[in-house]
Amino acid sequence: MNNDDRPTKLALIASKGTLDWAYPPYILASTAAALDMEVAVFFTFYGLPLLMKDLKAKVSPHSNPAMPMKMPFGSEGFQGFSWPIPNAISGVVPGFDSFATAMMKKTFANKGVATIEELREACVETGVRLIGCQMTMDVFGFSRDDFIEECEIGGAATFLEFAAESDISLFI
Amino acid sequence: MSEEVAIPDLNPALELDCRGMNCPLPILKTKKAIGEIEVGEILKMVATDPGAVADMAAFSRRTGHVLEQQSEGDGEYVFFFRRAK
Repeated sequence: MNNDDRPTKLALIASKGTLDWAYPPYILASTAAALDMEVAVFFTFYGLPLLMKDLKAKVSPHSNPAMPMKMPFGSEGFQGFSWPIPNAISGVVPGFDSFATAMMKKTFANKGVATIEELREACVETGVRLIGCQMTMDVFGFSRDDFIEECEIGGAATFLEFAAESDISLFI
Repeated sequence: MSEEVAIPDLNPALELDCRGMNCPLPILKTKKAIGEIEVGEILKMVATDPGAVADMAAFSRRTGHVLEQQSEGDGEYVFFFRRAK
């Protein structure tokens, strides 16, 4: 609560749709709701597919030197080893992103991290406003039926009206 | 002069096992569980995530649910929350 007794408000923009970048908005939104905050997330551009019924978010290690390439199985020493994968391999080997995505999902499960589906469900249950960008839907050729029923569809003004009254606004 | 210290009744109405879970699952589960007990009742939560110590304190401050007691041992963290509202 703020001093004037109205709930604290959090406004997020989710603009990235890879598996790794799907986590920050869904973690912050679900946690903020658990802390009795009012939350709205605006999903725009590559973030919009995070509202699709069928979540297909993948991770792409290509040209991402900050991403440790580790295995989620084997001995402790084996798991701790960071594999040096050259861009020449991560960029051309078919299915490399799918492989890396499977490894990341396995690692997250091993570490007791929620799936994106679980976090999104928590957001829906706690009344987080999930706003899909109408313009992105049009330019990418999606239809309303592609997205979960619980989300609303709106534009920049819909988000800004909420953000104008918010205590915290983050672009992710 | 001896002072009487009131020991709050920490008999849990509900116990929640968050062992093995990572951020933010213990917070999400605790929030849900505390909604299932009556105001004034106790929720006991056990976690293994060391980050839960700071997070549960923040949860208590933000939501007003009272963190009556917490302890640590054998890699487990135990929290007793009293539902405030």
